[in-house]
Amino acid sequence: MATTEILLAGFGGQGVLFAGKILAYCGLMDNKELSWLPSYGPEMRGGTANCSVCISDEPIGSPLVLTPDILIAMNQPSFDKFVNDVKPGGKVFYDSTLIENECTRTDIEIYAVPSSQLADDNELKGGSNIVLLGKVFKETELFNVDVFKKAIEKIVPPAKAQLITNNFKAFELGMNA
Amino acid sequence: MKGAVKALERNLMKGNEALAEAAIRAGCKCFFGYPITPQTELAAYMAKRMNKAGGVFLQAESEIAAINMVLGAASTGVRAMTSSSSPGLSLKSEGISYIAGSDVPAVIINVQRGGPGLGGIQPSQADYWQATKALGHGDFHLLVFAPASVQEMVDMVVRAFDKADEYRMPAMILADGLLGQMMEPVSFPEIKANCVDKSSWAADGHKGKRAHHIINSLYLKPDELEKSVSDRFARYDVIKSKETDAELYLTEDCDILLCAFGATARVVKSAVNEARAQGIKAGLFRPKTLWPFPVKEINEAAKSAKKLLSVEMSMGQMIDDIKLAINCSKPVEFYGRTGGVIPTPAEVLAEIKKVGGAE
Amino acid sequence: MSVVFERPKSLLDVTFHYCPGCTHGIVHRLVAEVMDEMGIEGDTIGVCPVGCSVMAYDYFGCDMIEAPHGRAPAVATGVKRTNPDKFVFTYQGDGDLAAIGTAETVHVATRGENIVVIFINNTIYGMTGGQMAPTTLPGQVTQTTPFGRDPQLAGYPVRVCEMLSTLTGTAYAHRVAVDSVPHIRDAKKAIRKAFETQKAKKGFSIIEVLSTCPTNWGLTPTEALKRLQDEMIPYYPLGVYKDTTSEEGEK
Repeated sequence: MATTEILLAGFGGQGVLFAGKILAYCGLMDNKELSWLPSYGPEMRGGTANCSVCISDEPIGSPLVLTPDILIAMNQPSFDKFVNDVKPGGKVFYDSTLIENECTRTDIEIYAVPSSQLADDNELKGGSNIVLLGKVFKETELFNVDVFKKAIEKIVPPAKAQLITNNFKAFELGMNA
Repeated sequence: MKGAVKALERNLMKGNEALAEAAIRAGCKCFFGYPITPQTELAAYMAKRMNKAGGVFLQAESEIAAINMVLGAASTGVRAMTSSSSPGLSLKSEGISYIAGSDVPAVIINVQRGGPGLGGIQPSQADYWQATKALGHGDFHLLVFAPASVQEMVDMVVRAFDKADEYRMPAMILADGLLGQMMEPVSFPEIKANCVDKSSWAADGHKGKRAHHIINSLYLKPDELEKSVSDRFARYDVIKSKETDAELYLTEDCDILLCAFGATARVVKSAVNEARAQGIKAGLFRPKTLWPFPVKEINEAAKSAKKLLSVEMSMGQMIDDIKLAINCSKPVEFYGRTGGVIPTPAEVLAEIKKVGGAE
Repeated sequence: MSVVFERPKSLLDVTFHYCPGCTHGIVHRLVAEVMDEMGIEGDTIGVCPVGCSVMAYDYFGCDMIEAPHGRAPAVATGVKRTNPDKFVFTYQGDGDLAAIGTAETVHVATRGENIVVIFINNTIYGMTGGQMAPTTLPGQVTQTTPFGRDPQLAGYPVRVCEMLSTLTGTAYAHRVAVDSVPHIRDAKKAIRKAFETQKAKKGFSIIEVLSTCPTNWGLTPTEALKRLQDEMIPYYPLGVYKDTTSEEGEK
């Protein structure tokens, strides 16, 4: 597998970095080479947050993703800012509850997922990021579903087992969206 | 040691956290720090782990106090460390000069950010000169290690402690905000800290069994000071002959030799691979020790090259050492971004074509 | 023949570099006597400042570390935190402790660092040849206050014991003087008590010692002692400024 470059972007507090972390842990559990690089600084305290994740069979060169294969956008400014950077043939996943898609590109595949709505309807507040990941897993060849489960179990401490269940639920919602 | 992470297992950690965990495993018994972006996770990790590991964590009132706490602890023979980012290193420079002048081992981390002044908080390599030439007043050097991955941060911290003890001098890990903030898989080898016997000099109480030890950098008689500096430089000569380290990548037949260290070398490696794919014979020289600079290694790497290209996250600092190392025998070009801007593989590839591949 | 007076064992048999009439020698002796009496020389690490006492490492018999200007409290913190069972003291002058090292001084006290600070206040920078110190009295002539210290221009003197006694971490703050035999006896007792405080792990102690600098004051040694009595003690009253060592549960 060549390097897959993923960019996740949204408001601080939407779980952008956490969703990226899950992808990174998926790489870890799947014995891939990987890197995870957050934007850091004032944007961590409100404003936009984004993170770069690279997954590969080869050692990762630059960990900074400028032209993603996969874009996961969770707010309008991020969608507008990054959708034109996606590589031709790349895929975009966005929260259609919060974002209006006015992109006219035809060389990329764009998936609208009402992830905030789905999460709220199912009492999974704050689970929008995981819903989007579910859709990513369904529409890409990145990882098998069981890798996601292994990753979640690795990240979430056993004391917070309820969170594991919730994450699985949100993931399912995305898979079926 | 009962660690937060298991040895040998593949873990996912931020560079800053990996530096801290590796230091604890290497037998670092105390950490003195002061908050500054982008290295703060290191101090936070130490705060959480150090006490459990039987060591000392203390947040100092300033960078100046922190480095002097290191001086005090290290003077008693204990493995001690501090970390900061660029503006903080300027403050620590006084203490580092005293540590060097007193022949005390210590490890100092610089997770570089843009400068000068308050600068920015994004990654930079503009402290190369400071680290390798003039981190404080007087004739002295630090060992300077330049990791390019989270795993290398771990390995180099262990080496820094060992070499600092071996040569009784300060050692620095010169990282940057990108390496400090990024997560990569990392594993911690079972570290056997080299236990150097420090009983011949450590000021840890003589128990009435020996003459008193003095940790000191003051020599008021010029001939005595000259001798102490000369003795230290004799040791530096040994270090220059024994401790250089570099990675040579696709250099055997290269026409253009790129030179880069740390995070920049990752970007450059991607560009070199792309250049090779396009039929340009590019190679990469990546120094892992910045002081001593790998002179022998760069001459080996540059053997077939017609031109060299130094790529740095600065306005061009390492390029001086490159020119000196090859005695200006070949043209050395420069490409750099500064202020926290990270060069891209595409930019570097374009530069390769511009300076080397377009004839 | 019985020996009635001798050099303390913790003070080495070397010639001091101090000027004639300087009171550093007295204070060195008092610290060394306390180390001898408590039998702690082999378990003590001293930290020297930058200033006249910079070379005290050659005089004290215990292990010694020479710190950068003003940083002795930070160096001592590093020593004590990694060697909590050892005795640690700093020996600092007024420029070192109350000007360039003010931050280190305040924070070592507020942390309640279990060390002893011996603070020599002689209202002047001695080593560099007599410039204004943070403790220079109003009106006092120095190289850098040639017309006398004008508080409108140069600010007011720092009263260190008063300042540090406001900090919770300070266990024992005592100002003494070495101008007369009774005062020297008091100073010795205070230094002993400070080391006992450290032994009992009760926290931070500072002993401020009003001292003389005949050379830079331009006075004879006896005139200098008189100035200490007539001018310094009224401005820097002697006494215990804080003592929580008898209180229960106090650090």
